[in-house]
Amino acid sequence: MYVAVKGGENAILNSHELLATARRGDAGIPEITPLQIREQLRLAVARVMSEGSLYDEDLAALALKQAAGDQIEAIFLLRAYRTTLPRFGYSVPVDTSRMALQRRISAAFKDLPGGQVLGPTYDYTQRLLDFSLVEMQPAPIPPLAAEPLPDSMPRVTDLLGHEGLMEAELPAHGDPAPADLSREPLSFPADRATRLQNLARGDEGFLLAMGYSTQRGYANSHPFAGEIRMGDVALEIIPEELGFAVCIGEITLTECQMINQFAGSRTVPPQFTRGYGLAFGEAERKAMAMALVDRSLRASELGEEMKSPAQQQEFVLSHSDNVEASGFVQHLKLPHYVDFQSELELLRKMRAKRAKVGAGETALEETV
Amino acid sequence: MSSQRTQTGYNFAYLDEQTKRMIRRALLKAVAIPGYQVPFGSREMPLPYGWGTGGIQVTASILGRDDVLKVIDQGSDDTTNAVNIRRFFERTAGVATTERTEDATIIQTRHRIPEKPLSEDQIMVYQVPLPEPMGRLEPQEVVTRKLHALADYGLMHVKLYEDIARYGHIASTYDYPVLVNGRYLMAPSPIPKFDNPKLHMSPALQLFGAGREKRVYAIPPYTRVESLDFEDHPFSVQRWDDPCALCGATDSFLDEVVLDDAGGRMFVCSDSDYCKTRQAAGHTGSQSPVPATQEEAA
Amino acid sequence: MSPLLRVKGISKRYGEHIGCADVSFELHAGEVLAVVGESGSGKSTLLQLLSTRIASDTGSIEYQVTGRGLVDLAHLSEAEQRWLLRTDWGYVEQNPRDGLRMNVSAGANVGERLMAVGARHYGEIRNTATDWLQRVELDAARIDELPTGFSGGMQQRLQIARNLVTRPRLVFMDEPTAGLDVSVQARLLDLLRELVTDLGLAAVIVTHDLAVARLLAHRLLVMRQGRVVETGLTDQVLDDPQHPYTQLLVASVLQV
Repeated sequence: MYVAVKGGENAILNSHELLATARRGDAGIPEITPLQIREQLRLAVARVMSEGSLYDEDLAALALKQAAGDQIEAIFLLRAYRTTLPRFGYSVPVDTSRMALQRRISAAFKDLPGGQVLGPTYDYTQRLLDFSLVEMQPAPIPPLAAEPLPDSMPRVTDLLGHEGLMEAELPAHGDPAPADLSREPLSFPADRATRLQNLARGDEGFLLAMGYSTQRGYANSHPFAGEIRMGDVALEIIPEELGFAVCIGEITLTECQMINQFAGSRTVPPQFTRGYGLAFGEAERKAMAMALVDRSLRASELGEEMKSPAQQQEFVLSHSDNVEASGFVQHLKLPHYVDFQSELELLRKMRAKRAKVGAGETALEETV
Repeated sequence: MSSQRTQTGYNFAYLDEQTKRMIRRALLKAVAIPGYQVPFGSREMPLPYGWGTGGIQVTASILGRDDVLKVIDQGSDDTTNAVNIRRFFERTAGVATTERTEDATIIQTRHRIPEKPLSEDQIMVYQVPLPEPMGRLEPQEVVTRKLHALADYGLMHVKLYEDIARYGHIASTYDYPVLVNGRYLMAPSPIPKFDNPKLHMSPALQLFGAGREKRVYAIPPYTRVESLDFEDHPFSVQRWDDPCALCGATDSFLDEVVLDDAGGRMFVCSDSDYCKTRQAAGHTGSQSPVPATQEEAA
Repeated sequence: MSPLLRVKGISKRYGEHIGCADVSFELHAGEVLAVVGESGSGKSTLLQLLSTRIASDTGSIEYQVTGRGLVDLAHLSEAEQRWLLRTDWGYVEQNPRDGLRMNVSAGANVGERLMAVGARHYGEIRNTATDWLQRVELDAARIDELPTGFSGGMQQRLQIARNLVTRPRLVFMDEPTAGLDVSVQARLLDLLRELVTDLGLAAVIVTHDLAVARLLAHRLLVMRQGRVVETGLTDQVLDDPQHPYTQLLVASVLQV
C-alpha cells in the first residue's frame, strides 16, 4: 500500500534544529561572537554590507555568524532585514575628495599631490601561510607615519579634468533623483545612476569575471587604475527643520576610478573617459571590477561597437544580483513533479510513436 | 490559528501597509489590462527568489484578517514549500488556513490549479518564475515589450510550427502560452497544460506574481483565455490510461509514483485535497488502503 | 500614373560625415532600380533610409499604401511601418544569416511572415512554404532542416523565399549576390530576374557590381560621396556614361 509523504512541517522544524547544531560545531570550542567577526573578519563584513546594501558592521557580523560564514546567505539575511526598515531621509552625496584616507594609490602617475599611500593591503604579502597565527599573538603595534596625512587629497581624475583631458562627470539633464532599485523595478534601458546602483549591489565574483572578460578582449577597454582610495567619509543629511547639513557619522568606503581611452566622436574630441566603482568598507577587488564593468556598459552611449557580454546591459544588470541568482538556481530543489510528469508523458508518447514508425519500416522492408 | 502565535515586530502579513498599497495599485492596473505584465517594486522577502516571493507579496497585499488561506505546491498542501509558505502566513498574519479548496478565500499555488471548480468568492494567486512567454525566443526585454505593444506574436507561432515540424505535435507541456482576452500573450506559470482550460472564463480572480522579475499580471473573472494552437493542430490536454490508484478519479492530473526499482509504479492525484475528498466519499482505486478491520483480520 | 515610391531630397549626416545628401527619385510598380557606387558612396545608407530602418534628416519618402494613396512614411505609426515591412515590402540582406532565423527550420523561416499576419493553419502554411522552396529551386524535402546546413547560395535563396511569401510589391536588396561564387551568382541572378518579372515586383537593389545592375535593373542611380551623380535607363548609362565618375566606373569593368 502506498502512503503519501507527510509531515512536511515536522521535517522543517527538525531541519532547523540540525542546522543550529551544525552551525555551533564542536561544543568544546568557544562560541564565536559577532564582535569577533566584526573586528577580525572585517573584509567578510565589508562584502556582506556592500552586497547587502546596508552599512551596519554589527548586523553584517551577526548575519555572518547566523549563516555560518556563507557570504551570500549572510547578504540575503541582511537584505531581508533591510527591506523592512523605514526611511528617515536621504543623505547628501558623499564627497570622496574629503575622505580621511587610509590608502590611496594611482597606477597612472608615479607621484602626485598627496603621494601614494599604501595603507593596509595584501598586495605585497607574498602569500605564505603564516603558521604563527595558529597560536594567539600579542596585538601588533601599528607603525607611525613620519608626518600626518593631509585632511583631503585631490582625486587624480580631477587633476586630469583641469586640463580637459578627462570627460566631465555631469549630472543627467535636469539632475533627476536617482532610481531606488530596492523600491522600483529595474527597467531597460537603464541610465548610468541606475546601472551603478545595480553594480554596487552586484555579486563580487560576477563583476570580477565580467571585468576580467573586458581585459581579455571581450570589449576593448584599455583601462588604467587612475586612482583607488579607501578611508572614512562623513555622512551628512539635511533635516528639513534645520535646512543645513549635519554629520550623522562616518563610513568607510573604497572608491576606484578607472581611466579609459576614448577615440572621440563627431561631437567630442578624443579624451579619457572613466569607469567608476564604489563599495562599503575595504573592498578593492569589488570596486575595481565594478569600475571596469561600469565603463564597458557605457559602450552604447560612447558609440563603441557592442559585441561582448560585458557591454550588454540587459545581460549584465539582470544577472548581477547574487540573492536573485542564488534563489533561482536553488529553486530547482523545489518539487517539479507536475512539470516533470508532463515531460515524461510527452517523451513516452514520442518514443511510442517512433517505435511504431520504426516497426512499420521494418515490416515494409521485409515484404520487399 | 490564534493571534498569540504570530510573529511580533512585523506588520500584519509581514509587508508594511505602504508596500501593500503599492502592490495593490499594480494589481488594479493588471486587472484593468488582462494579461499585461505590470512592473512593480518587488521587495526583498525573507524567502529566496524563485521560491514564491512574487506570490507571497501578492497574497500579503490582498490578505485580510477574515481570509482563509490555502497554499499548494504541485497540487499538494503538504509538500515542504507549501508548508513553509503556509507557516509564514500563520506566523506573520495569524489567518486561518485550510486544505479544503472550497473553504479557501485565497489559494496561493505553485504549478497547479485545483481540480474542484473555483467560485466568485475566491482568488487564485500564482507563483511565477518567468513571466515573459517569449523570453526563451527573445531574451531582450526591450524587444519583447515592443512585441507585446504591437501584439506581434508571430514569433510564438514560429516556435509552435517548429514543434510540429520536428515532433508531429506541439511539444510544450507546461507553462503553455495563452492569449488573454484576445489581446496579450501570457505565461500561465508552469502549470501543466492540463490546467489551461481552467483559466478560461474562471469565476475566480486570478493574480500572478513574479518576485524576482518584478512583474504582476492578472486574469479578471470570466475572461477569455485561449491556448495558442493551429486550426489543424488544436490544443489538447494530457490523458492517462489509468485512473488514480487511490480514489479512482479519471478526470484529474496524475502524479507518477515509483514503487520499486523493477519498474513498478502507480498513478495518484496530484491534487491531494481532491483525492482525499473523493476517498472520504467512498471512492476507491487499485491501491486503496484496505479497511482497518480487514487488515487486523489479515 | 502615380509612383509606388516617391523620394524627395532625403539626407543623412553622421556629424561631419555625409551618409547621403539630397537624394530624389521615383519608382513605379514593377520597376527595378539599381543603386551603384563603390563602398562608402552612401548606397547602403540610402537603402536603410528607404526601408525606415534609420530616419532621414531632411526631405520625405512617400509610399503608395494600398487603399490610402501616397503616404509619407514618417507619418506612419511604428505598427504601420512594421506591417509594411512584413507584408508589402521585403528586405534581402547581403549576408543571409542576418535575414534568416538560423535556429529554426527552412519551413518556419518561410512561414514566419504568414504567421505574423495571422495564418493559423499548419498544413496550409507548410504547403505554401513547400511551394516557395520549389520556386526558389530548393529541394522541398529539406523543409524541416535548419538553414545552418545549407550552402551560401541556398541560404540566400531561402531568404528570398522568406521575403516573397507574402507577395510584397516592393523589395529592397543589399548586394544580394556579393558573398557568392561566380557560378552561384549567375544562377541566383537568373532566378531573381524571373521572380521579379513573374511577380511584377518593384525593387531597389544596391550593388557595386555593374553586371548585376545590367542584368536586373531598368534604371540606374550612380552615387558618389553620398550624392547622386547620374541617373537614367540602365543601358543608356552603361553604354554612354556622362559623368566622369560613371565613366571611370564603367571603364574599370572590362566586360559588362
